[in-house]
Amino acid sequence: MIKIKAKNVDVFYGKKQALYNIGLDIEENQVTALIGPSGCGKSTFLRCLNRMNDVIDICRVKGEILINDFNINDKSCDVVRLREKIGMVFQKPNPFPKTLYENVSYGPTIHGMAQSKQEMDEIVETSLKKAALWEEVKDRLHEPGTGLSGGQQQRLCIARAISVRPEVILMDEPCSALDPIATAQIEELIDELKKEHTIIIVTHSMAQAARVSQNTGFFHLGHLIEHGSTDKIFKNPDNTKTQDYITGRFG
Amino acid sequence: MNLILFTFIVLLGFTSYYFGRKKAYTIQSSNKRLTALPQFYGYYLAIWCAIPAFIIFSLWAIFEPTIVKLLVLSDYSNQGYLDDELNLIYEKTKSLSRGQFTGEITPFIEASAEKYLSLRSIAQSSKAVIVLSIIIASVAYAYKRISSNSRTREPVEKFLNAVLFTASLAAILTTVGIVFSLIFQTIDFFKVIPLFDFVFGTHWYPAKAFVRDSSEALDPSMYSDTFGAVPIFAGTFFIAFIAMCVAIPIGLMSGIYLAEYASSKVRQYAKPLIEILAGIPTVVYGFFAALTVGPFLKELGTSMGLEVSAESALAAGGVMGIMIIPFISSLSDDVITSVPQSLRDGSYAMGATKSETIKRVIFPAALPGIVGSILLGVSRAIGETMIVVMASGLAANLTLNPLESTSTITAQIVVILIGDQAFGDPKTQAAFALGMSLFLVTLCLNIVALRVVKKYREKYE
Repeated sequence: MIKIKAKNVDVFYGKKQALYNIGLDIEENQVTALIGPSGCGKSTFLRCLNRMNDVIDICRVKGEILINDFNINDKSCDVVRLREKIGMVFQKPNPFPKTLYENVSYGPTIHGMAQSKQEMDEIVETSLKKAALWEEVKDRLHEPGTGLSGGQQQRLCIARAISVRPEVILMDEPCSALDPIATAQIEELIDELKKEHTIIIVTHSMAQAARVSQNTGFFHLGHLIEHGSTDKIFKNPDNTKTQDYITGRFG
Repeated sequence: MNLILFTFIVLLGFTSYYFGRKKAYTIQSSNKRLTALPQFYGYYLAIWCAIPAFIIFSLWAIFEPTIVKLLVLSDYSNQGYLDDELNLIYEKTKSLSRGQFTGEITPFIEASAEKYLSLRSIAQSSKAVIVLSIIIASVAYAYKRISSNSRTREPVEKFLNAVLFTASLAAILTTVGIVFSLIFQTIDFFKVIPLFDFVFGTHWYPAKAFVRDSSEALDPSMYSDTFGAVPIFAGTFFIAFIAMCVAIPIGLMSGIYLAEYASSKVRQYAKPLIEILAGIPTVVYGFFAALTVGPFLKELGTSMGLEVSAESALAAGGVMGIMIIPFISSLSDDVITSVPQSLRDGSYAMGATKSETIKRVIFPAALPGIVGSILLGVSRAIGETMIVVMASGLAANLTLNPLESTSTITAQIVVILIGDQAFGDPKTQAAFALGMSLFLVTLCLNIVALRVVKKYREKYE
């Protein structure tokens, strides 16, 4: 099942074009990895999917991005609802300077998802459990989220993202600031999360892309060079550039 | 004379720098490795020039006047003069030598003045000779001493360290000096006026103290009900409160607008424009309050059937609030802008709107800085003088009606110290007691501000 369909997407930062005519289908309940050298546009593309590029003044996005067959670049799209459905986890863990509980309850509060304190407690608990953080923090929910370790903070951000039960989770190099053990925990978590969510992950580590994803797209200089199943991209790519990047000849 | 000498020493400093560096280059060219860069050798020599010069100049400044005085007055010794009389003679001598003496000139004094002048010129020239010879000797000694393996970098760094330390010491010593200049007069004041009467008395009427004839003995009982500081403390805080009621909402909102909503173009022009407000001299605000806002409020109030004083607390406080707006808006703009973009992104990515993001994420994160800026504004409001002197009236009424006139600590200090005042009089000393209380209040505020900021910072970072 196709969840997201990008057609002819161009992105400009001021006069500089960052993405050229991207067309990519993303399948539901699978992990899609976007790989490529630094500055190739993979993060820019990811930020198109929840319209986070709106935040940047000089950024313009052209083309169609269909999510559940609805074009999110259309004027009628409500960005607040869109971002409720499409969660995001950033490169650097960015918990709010609030307690753990408030961090997770932030989304449900602003979207009015809980009618009572009890309901909210439940949402917080399930989100933290899904993010595999509950056991570590259940006794200190009212301490600041910034007091956690880097890996725990990132899982807190994942819990925050899934608290509003998004259909899609975008991850922008979620492990690049973490040590190998924390990385392994997050990867395990991604595998678990794909049962309920569609996941798109931008990563610098090809090993990580190979481990966690079912589909892979390779970006280079703003172009989507090749995309397909991870197996195929890594074992038998069609394009020589992909081949060169995968085998570490550049990038 | 001194200027020429000084210029000469500075030139000598540059020359020794040049020679030090040159020697270093010479050593370098003979293929020896230096322990420091050549300019350190130069600085090293320049320091050997500067330190002796500084020491001799200071010694001279301390001892020259005493010695000259001793020598001039030695003519008058054993003639039975009292110390005070000798001092007077010396003062006369000095003013005569400057050509500013207006009294009757006696031959004695004329002779002393000549002696004084000749001693001064001897002192000056011997100073020049001594300074120059010592400097040249010390530089020559250091010049001979430096070699490829002498340590020049460490002394230079230590010297810089000492200079910077002295600079920061100056600020601290000034604060201590200010406290001391207040404390003795304050203690004298409280010897006459009981502390209790000052802190809890509700009548402030220092003009009453004028009545006393200074030849009469000091009778503390006549000051009862004169120096009760409650009305002016109340007035100070009341006017500051009115000012903050104006400044906090407007300042914060404009700060938030500038930081979060304004496009970079608007911000580029609006921010300097707002900061112009901060550059307006307070006396101009005083005019504005006294001549425009005060009468306007009076007229407005009269038309509504209210009784408004032309010098109302509202006018002074309101204008003071306007004066403080740029402090709060500019500082809170800075702290809001410095909240990391990643927090905004995190909130927007959750589907939060701009106002939700500001209210729930950015504002709490920026709170310590905002509280700091507000407390800074309060300090300004309490210490502000010109606006209240001009616009709030000078009679210390104990009132909470913003339409009446009140007075503040600063305004009372001005009132007390304007004109000829006898030192040692409780009325004058009252100004010092007020200054001391003002100092303590702002000190406490600053301590609280720092505590608050620190506490929240631990929580939010």
